[in-house]
Amino acid sequence: MSTRSVVPFGPQHPVLPEPIHLDLVLEDERVVEAIPSIGFIHRGLEKLVEKKDFIEYVYVAERICGICSFMHGMGYCEAIEHTMGIEIPDRAKYLRTIWSEMSRIHSHMLWLGLLADAFGFESLFMESWRMREKILDMFEYSTGGRVIFSVNKIGGQRKDMPDDMIADFVHILEGMEKELKAMSNTFLNDYAVKSRLEGVGYLTKQQAHDLGAVGPFMRASGINLDTRKTGYAAYANLEFEPIISTVGDSYARTDIRIREIYQSIDLIRQAAAKIPSGDVAVPFKGNPTGEYLMRVEQPRGEAIYYVKGNGTKNLDRMRVRTPTFANIPGLVETLKGCQLADVPILILTIDPCISCTER
Amino acid sequence: MHQLHGKVNLTMSILSFSKTVFHNLFSKPATRNYPQVPRIYPERTRGQIGIKIDDCIFCGICSRKCPTGAIAVVRETKNWSIKRFGCIQCGECVGVCPKKCLTMLQTYTAPNATKTVEEYIQILKPAPGEPPRQTAAAKPAAAPEQTPAQKAAAAADTSKE
Repeated sequence: MSTRSVVPFGPQHPVLPEPIHLDLVLEDERVVEAIPSIGFIHRGLEKLVEKKDFIEYVYVAERICGICSFMHGMGYCEAIEHTMGIEIPDRAKYLRTIWSEMSRIHSHMLWLGLLADAFGFESLFMESWRMREKILDMFEYSTGGRVIFSVNKIGGQRKDMPDDMIADFVHILEGMEKELKAMSNTFLNDYAVKSRLEGVGYLTKQQAHDLGAVGPFMRASGINLDTRKTGYAAYANLEFEPIISTVGDSYARTDIRIREIYQSIDLIRQAAAKIPSGDVAVPFKGNPTGEYLMRVEQPRGEAIYYVKGNGTKNLDRMRVRTPTFANIPGLVETLKGCQLADVPILILTIDPCISCTER
Repeated sequence: MHQLHGKVNLTMSILSFSKTVFHNLFSKPATRNYPQVPRIYPERTRGQIGIKIDDCIFCGICSRKCPTGAIAVVRETKNWSIKRFGCIQCGECVGVCPKKCLTMLQTYTAPNATKTVEEYIQILKPAPGEPPRQTAAAKPAAAPEQTPAQKAAAAADTSKE
């Protein structure tokens, strides 16, 4: 009978860009239990909705996270638009779709780089981030910002993209698709990479369902669910199928995210072909009344925005349920039985974003 | 058969390795040699807010629309000021300015140890016949502290007197 010991993991750890703490109960080198604790970077952004009016709060909403900033802003705007019955122009819907998918590509490339860094493959890490830089440049060309875009507003978008700019972006993305094929070959077929990912951190379909996992973490376990299928923004007009795998290990999660990058490029291509001309925003009057629950598929999974208006310029309540928060129970389950050396990789495979989680 | 398979694998890996080596030898670096090669900002880059103070009518819309309350406008003294480190460069003020005297500049606010406020004061235009006066003035509200060299020079001046 081996003795049990508790090893604290985080909140400061080389693999963690943001602070989360786990108490790992070990038997020798094997994890038997993981007890998570969060609360190191709570900022009180939900409370701020009482101080800022609902139009100004868009800028706060997009600061919930530095990676999915566009989607946080968009999710909040769509929720408010539903409570006020605002129908935004079609062009704005397509612009939201294009920027959302660009965010997804850059988030997944960031994750691939972090994963490569976690198992010590520095050159692969650099390669992922080199490619990601092109997306950030595209964001700067189209929105003026690389991290915070400030293009969402209630009633549409604050900026338009000229058609030639969209065509240029599609051209850049098609070039990137070829480079990505070479890089994904290393991620999916390299012996050293596979040895760190294959057969590590299984989560069964039933466990994923019971523990409420979301996003690529859930789809890697075989659940066919993608919130984009609800048809917000312009997704209702685009053809795509959720990417799933039935294996449920870390390798499957990597595979899913790589295939989602290709899917995002395809969605941008489709949106660029279908985008109509016209205005990008509609004026509106009044204040939000009533409540709405908006679901958005972020790179890390489904995020939920709940808003409740009382007819004044300040909302009664604004609540965000972020994907990382939903994935922590699943993470704790996958950690049980793994080796201590695999813990950093497993934490990364849920693509944790603690700033989102704590808001 | 197994040996043959191994040889084929080795040849393939050498081939792909050489391809990578030659690609890296003859391709441009992914990074820029900054600061020797300057960064060229795109047209839409949101750096900081600029103002043509002579065109401003001090209506105060920019101040009311600013989500962080970084802009302050005093109509009586023709004073327009911005907290540079409170501004989030959303560009809301640029969009609503009725005289289009606010612009989004591509340059960023220089780093500073203190959170500066920049004030712009419109000098009244001279009446016909009056001599021309100095026009716009921009000054930081908090006077910057003297550097040690300036302090020493000032002390030397005093001692001479």
